[in-house]
Amino acid sequence: MNFDLSKKKLTDINKYLQNIDRKSNVRKFKIENPSGHHAICAGLKDDIDVTINGHTGYYCAGMNQKASVTVNGNVGTGVAENMMSGKVFVKGNASQSAGATGHGGNLVIEGDASSRCGISMKGINIIVKGSVGHMSAFMAQKGNLIIFGDADEDLGDSIYEAKIFVKGKVKSLGADCVEKKMDEKSINELKKIFKELNISENPKNFKRYGSARKLYNFKIDNAGAY
Amino acid sequence: MCGIVGIYLKTKKYEKSLGKFLSGMLDNMATRGPDSAGFAIYTKENKNNFKYSICLNNLSVQDFKKKISKYFKKIKIIKYSDHIIMETKDKPKEVIKVIDEKIKEVSIVGYGKSINIFKQTGNPKDVVKKFKLSSFSGTHGIGHTRMATESAITTEGSHPYSTAEDECLVHNGSLSNHNNVRRDLIKKGQEFKSENDTEVAAGYISNKISEGNNLKNTLTSSLKNLDGFYTFIAGTKDGFALLRDEIACKPAVVAETKDYVAVASEFQAMAHLPNVNSAKIFEPKPGVVYNW
Repeated sequence: MNFDLSKKKLTDINKYLQNIDRKSNVRKFKIENPSGHHAICAGLKDDIDVTINGHTGYYCAGMNQKASVTVNGNVGTGVAENMMSGKVFVKGNASQSAGATGHGGNLVIEGDASSRCGISMKGINIIVKGSVGHMSAFMAQKGNLIIFGDADEDLGDSIYEAKIFVKGKVKSLGADCVEKKMDEKSINELKKIFKELNISENPKNFKRYGSARKLYNFKIDNAGAY
Repeated sequence: MCGIVGIYLKTKKYEKSLGKFLSGMLDNMATRGPDSAGFAIYTKENKNNFKYSICLNNLSVQDFKKKISKYFKKIKIIKYSDHIIMETKDKPKEVIKVIDEKIKEVSIVGYGKSINIFKQTGNPKDVVKKFKLSSFSGTHGIGHTRMATESAITTEGSHPYSTAEDECLVHNGSLSNHNNVRRDLIKKGQEFKSENDTEVAAGYISNKISEGNNLKNTLTSSLKNLDGFYTFIAGTKDGFALLRDEIACKPAVVAETKDYVAVASEFQAMAHLPNVNSAKIFEPKPGVVYNW
């Protein structure tokens, strides 16, 4: 089924996609002329497949559950923000805060992602085939941020238990973020993600970064302060 | 919030459509700044004449003509709603002095050999219509839609700010050290017409350029000297430059084709531009000066 955003209202399209008739066999949708509209495909909750042909604005596919959303273009701030499950593919570049606070699912960006990619992520897998901007994975709690290109300043600042993998160069690491051993467990984890997403890439080419656990853990030395 | 836009034509192909493009960009950014709007559009330089963009406020164009003709003889005036573009051979120093001292009812919003500036309160969609922006041709232009924060909704509080010949600035964000910077610049002889923070940034840029710095170096130095959050687009006769603060608090997106470079707060501002779907689209990095 095809929708044209130059003819139909965004709220009507979103409402339709958010309330799919589960008895219907129509599971594939296309959206033409997105023209940078915000919140396209936000709040989808069924196992459907949506292709957006063109560039989108903020919060595209935000809060996604189960759906697979492909953007044949660039996306604005906060693509797949707070995603719970499902898949979001971006064929172009992404603006800042891609995958912010995401709980689950996979976000794959073919181009570059801007600043604060994966900020406060909580279980999502974010794969960026290009590079990421500064302060990516800021306060990231859970999940994997996998970067094929380079990372700008302060990668993983104040990170909790999320894992970061970078193939290229890291300009600088943020507070409490350190390089860690690329152990067997991490290699297997990456293998599994790449297999699921049909990505042919050797996990051994990546370096792993994570929390030094000095910032967020309670230190017995501070007991006197309370 | 505020919205900023800019478009620079790399080829002559769309010169006649520049006003139409910029008008659409401002229209689409009305949601980010419904209080006032303004734009600067750069047309072909007239080597002999200066152009003065003047807001008449409540003075009629006939009364303005009567008053100004006492001092300057050869002038050409085109009226656009409550603004006029006055063209004359007379030099800025004399003209500005006369207008500031003898015709206090009006205000000069900008001047130069190629710049035309218009700004007014009201919804951007209405502002671009009343100044007939779509009818302009030119080489580049920048614009602003304002959601007022630190100063009142007035013409003086609207962007762009022009503080020197053919220069102007639009700004999304707010500065925290503008009072200090203003004091320093006043000591150096820079004049200010409002309490607005962006006017200080415009004055800062003009002052640095007058000291012999180029636009790129000037903006680079502002990273050190202007504190706050911002995305700036600074226009000059030859083009414009873009700078985001080092934290990248405020949004910006660039679309580049072989014919033009467009900058805006959001992509939807440029969704109507020709071939934008095949343009190179990217988010400018924080703390890096981009110029065209």
